Amino acid sequence: MEKIVDVKNVSMHYHTLERETPALRNLSFCVYKGEMVAIVGPSGCGKSTILSIISGLLKPSSGEVKVNEKAVNGSNKKIGYMFQKDHLFEWRNILNNVLIGLEIQNKLNEKTQATTQKLLDMYGLGDFKDHYPSQLSGGMRQRVALIRTLAIEPELLLLDEPFSALDYQTRLAVSDDIGRILKKEKKTAIMVTHDISEAISMADRIIVLTNRPATVKSIHTIKLTLKHERTPLTSREAPEFRHYFNTIWKELDVHVQ
Amino acid sequence: MSNKINCKNTNHEFSKEHLDFLCAHQKKKKAILITQISLIVVFFLLWEIAARLELIDTFLTSYPSQMWNLFLKLLKDGSLMKHIGISTFETVIGFLLGTILGTIVAILLWWSDFISKVLDPYMVVLNALPKTALAPIIILWAGAGITGIIVTALSVSIVVTILEVYGAFREVDQDKIKMLETFGATKLQVLRKVIIPASIPTIVNALKINVGLSWVGVIVGEFLVSQAGIGYLIVYGGQVFKLDLVMMSVIILAILAALMYQGVAYFEKKLMKWR
Repeated sequence: MEKIVDVKNVSMHYHTLERETPALRNLSFCVYKGEMVAIVGPSGCGKSTILSIISGLLKPSSGEVKVNEKAVNGSNKKIGYMFQKDHLFEWRNILNNVLIGLEIQNKLNEKTQATTQKLLDMYGLGDFKDHYPSQLSGGMRQRVALIRTLAIEPELLLLDEPFSALDYQTRLAVSDDIGRILKKEKKTAIMVTHDISEAISMADRIIVLTNRPATVKSIHTIKLTLKHERTPLTSREAPEFRHYFNTIWKELDVHVQ
Repeated sequence: MSNKINCKNTNHEFSKEHLDFLCAHQKKKKAILITQISLIVVFFLLWEIAARLELIDTFLTSYPSQMWNLFLKLLKDGSLMKHIGISTFETVIGFLLGTILGTIVAILLWWSDFISKVLDPYMVVLNALPKTALAPIIILWAGAGITGIIVTALSVSIVVTILEVYGAFREVDQDKIKMLETFGATKLQVLRKVIIPASIPTIVNALKINVGLSWVGVIVGEFLVSQAGIGYLIVYGGQVFKLDLVMMSVIILAILAALMYQGVAYFEKKLMKWR
């Protein structure tokens, strides 16, 4: 299988005047084309740092990251990034919010604009093109944020706790929604989350990290027995779901101090 | 918006309870407006009556009908419009320059963290300093005329603008900037696509403050230069004990400042339709 992301022996230290904080230590993993990998780990273990490094926003202290066989150097226009908050611009309408990535990359033309319009139509936002973000619900806003990311036709998607700002019901619905869209668009994605159920319901593989400085503790390939097609919601009905949950829960070794 | 719906009109689909609510709301709004107008009318009436009955010394206080006659006289000979025109021109130019230059300096500070750190203590001192103290120096340097007055008005408003706008730039959500950077945005793109548009509400607020500050600068400048303008009328009237001239000028000044403030408020409404 074709490797899209190859992370080799990456370490990262943060420097402040008070101290030096090791965030990642000798981290190695890879992601194959078309798969959805979830990264779970204790809070504050440096999960988001990994995404920043892959996207080229941060330079690791040591180690090597390759995306599509090429070493990462600066931000990569083929990587789409999705955040916890939607970060829609309140002063732009939905269409112009979705086009911002193309605008930044100077790729705004009739063809890309038409493709983006089609994405909006396909995912039920066609009627909201001229609306402003404040007129949309939280779930819809997050869907707009996903389409904004998809508009630049990324080869790789990085999702940084994309649902954790939503309330529980919306969260289930939106993760199902976005999981389906990603499968349909056949995107390779890495999702960082602290929600074990969310990871199992969406991912093909789960990478469990240790406490800070984070390193790979274990990798689980998720195989679920399902009567119907797998979606994030139906995954939760699989008999193996509970088993994966318990295993990962034990590995994370969470306790209240 | 509710004042557009006539609460007496029962043609639309609102319930009786809702109509009562709308009626009460309209009644309250009307009462406030009537009281506001009555207050000013009563004030001027009492002033006029007190003057006619010689309860107050009109040499020191003047009175409304005297001011009104003077207003008509100056309006007729054209001198009033000239003074109003000059002051308004100076204020508008000082205000625009203060806003534009202040914003440019704020962009510079945002662009270079080093420059902003270096200039920080100077900005603090300049902000604390009453700028009107600089007016005599500015007028000596920039000339005792319209230019000197405009520069005085500018000096009063620019420091506040710089600090307000730079503050707004720094408050823009870092993740919004990061979002653009993931698309490969350059610093100029970050500035144009997120920093400036996100700060527009604050910049407009700075404009509102600047209207008042620019008038302060212009009036102080005109006091010193004493050639023309509303400030000149006030200072001249004070020196020759023509209190009707002083009082009338102050009232005109109040009206002009309010009109300019409303102008900015209108501009704000146009600009931020997305709210």
